[in-house]
Amino acid sequence: MRLVICDTVDYVSEWSAKYVLKRIKDFQPNENKYFVLGLPTGGTPLGMYKKLIEYHKAGKISFKYIKTFNMDEYVDLPRDHPESYHYYMYNNFFKHIDIDPKNVHILDGNAPDLMQECNEFERKIKEAGGIELFIGGIGPDGHIAFNEPGSSLASRTRVKTLAQDTLEANARFFGNDINKVPKQALTVGVGTVMDAKEVMILITGSHKAFALYKAIEEGVNHMWTVSAFQQHPRTLIICDEDATLELRVKTVKYFKALSAVHHKLIEEDGDAIPRRPLHDVQNESMGNSQ
Amino acid sequence: MPEPESSFLRQFYNCSILRHGKILKEDLWVRNGLIVDPEKIFYDEKIMPDERINCHDALISPGFIDLQINGGFGVDFSNDIDTVEEGVNKVAKKLLTYGVTSFCPTLVTSPPETYRKVLPKIKKRNGGSHGATVLGVHVEGPFISITKKGAHPEEYIRNFENGFRSLTDMYSSLENICYVTLAPEIPNALSVISELCKKDIKISVGHSVANLSDGEEAVKHGATFITHLFNAMLPFHHRDPGLVGLLTSKRIPTEKIIYYGIIADGIHTHPAALRIAHRTHPEGLVLVTDAIAALGLKEGVYRLGQYDIEVRDERAYIAGTETLCGSTAEMSHCVRFFREATGCSIVEALEAATLHPARALEIDSRKGVLNFNAEADFVMLDEALGVLSTWIAGKCVYTKNNNYVIEL
Repeated sequence: MRLVICDTVDYVSEWSAKYVLKRIKDFQPNENKYFVLGLPTGGTPLGMYKKLIEYHKAGKISFKYIKTFNMDEYVDLPRDHPESYHYYMYNNFFKHIDIDPKNVHILDGNAPDLMQECNEFERKIKEAGGIELFIGGIGPDGHIAFNEPGSSLASRTRVKTLAQDTLEANARFFGNDINKVPKQALTVGVGTVMDAKEVMILITGSHKAFALYKAIEEGVNHMWTVSAFQQHPRTLIICDEDATLELRVKTVKYFKALSAVHHKLIEEDGDAIPRRPLHDVQNESMGNSQ
Repeated sequence: MPEPESSFLRQFYNCSILRHGKILKEDLWVRNGLIVDPEKIFYDEKIMPDERINCHDALISPGFIDLQINGGFGVDFSNDIDTVEEGVNKVAKKLLTYGVTSFCPTLVTSPPETYRKVLPKIKKRNGGSHGATVLGVHVEGPFISITKKGAHPEEYIRNFENGFRSLTDMYSSLENICYVTLAPEIPNALSVISELCKKDIKISVGHSVANLSDGEEAVKHGATFITHLFNAMLPFHHRDPGLVGLLTSKRIPTEKIIYYGIIADGIHTHPAALRIAHRTHPEGLVLVTDAIAALGLKEGVYRLGQYDIEVRDERAYIAGTETLCGSTAEMSHCVRFFREATGCSIVEALEAATLHPARALEIDSRKGVLNFNAEADFVMLDEALGVLSTWIAGKCVYTKNNNYVIEL
């Protein structure tokens, strides 16, 4: 696992956007080879989307050969409701870029058969060749997508009844009326995200510091579903300084010492495995032989 | 530009649009002559636009609507009786250059033969590359006050001696009429107003010596508009504010908005008077040009109704007199002048030429707005609110520079 600690929230946005940019560029998607992205909603990734739009407008990236799968959506919330994730994705990202709507997949919370909708979603991910990079955020209770505490770490895309805590936390988006908050959602499972080739999780703010601690300093536990990604071969967590407040000094220092290596990940000609220039290596070996 | 099919989807980007009283950094999507919701198309139909039009940071406003225009470009609707169809065509076409996408050709007080001949020929019709939409005729007179006749010929002014019959006898047919300007103090005027309302014809009060209570009675009977506020009515008096008082009257139904035309050409209405009107009753303000045959022409002598008129110093007078007889200003100029004179926002200035006239005519579900499912009649403006191009039903009908880059 990699933990990238950024000085500010803005830098978390920039870092993550640059990483997406780099991964897509290196992948060189074309009509026969689509890059498949898993996407989150919410406040944390907003800055990343803004940056990606900026890069698109500057001609640095095209989304023509990209397929997207979103993590979740409320059940029985009108699609054009400002709190629906369809609305969020269209207005904060899709309408600003050149993605083909045929390549966009968001769970339909108004589908007549919700179970079937979820199964179809899993099938479509498989059909697309699996997700290359799944981007996520977490809640203060460590949930990823709508996989709230106690969700199976092997869970798949399904209908999820939301916890009282979640309803209360979301009431502010629905005119402070808890009765207006959707009580169910469709969500990818922890297992669905685990299947992605790479997972990038954005965590910002002191209110998520405890969740970050649970995610990386303690064991895998279904009460903090994000901790499951300790067992994923390629997990990247991007956080700001505030989110590290509950971590040990040792942990923070350890990852900060790796920051130069991490920075290579987003450099245009960067390589994830730094090597010394060849002649240095040769000189050393010659010296040894004498 | 290829001729689009009905399903042809256009996206206008790199623009700001006036929608819901705000200037938004949004794209405008058009299909089949209507403004469409791109989010719905994105998720339901999953299709990309057939054509993308770069607006180069233009501001897109609904097309301007002029409820009172007597002619222009040498044409006078009230006088060029035999060629009125050509005349309307000519004006409709030329108005596109000013961003006007809909208008009401206006007839000043005329003899009955004129109405009989002209009215059937000015049919309501949709706009397009041939010209702006004709919403219907505005008949200004002849049922007006002799005292406030303005540039109307006195000998043709009439009363409602036989009530509504007087009106139908005069106009012969009401079919193509959408507005009637009348003086509400004329005997029988109130019953005539009620009758006109039943026929869905809008009533405007003006060319009148009515006091405020006459005006209020007219409104209670169905009048909704005041013709060129301040002009051809009693001046504002603090003990009897006259028709001007309708702007702040408390004796008319609260749910009713009184609209008033105002000529913001810098000549017919003093900037201070414009400010008074705007500050007391902004939501009813409708910019009208009241333009005459001299619109778009140089100084000289022209014909207006039964009179010769003279254009000098950018003003139009009855020849040989000092009586103003209509303006030579075009609508986009009025929008700019109004904004400058009142210091109002761009939104307010544009809505006075778009949303408000559409509301006055109760056509604001399809015209005067850029809402989804409204008709795609709009104008692209530069930063100084100068007209760059005009579009009707989503098609370009006028462009100043021909600089729209089309990307597929």
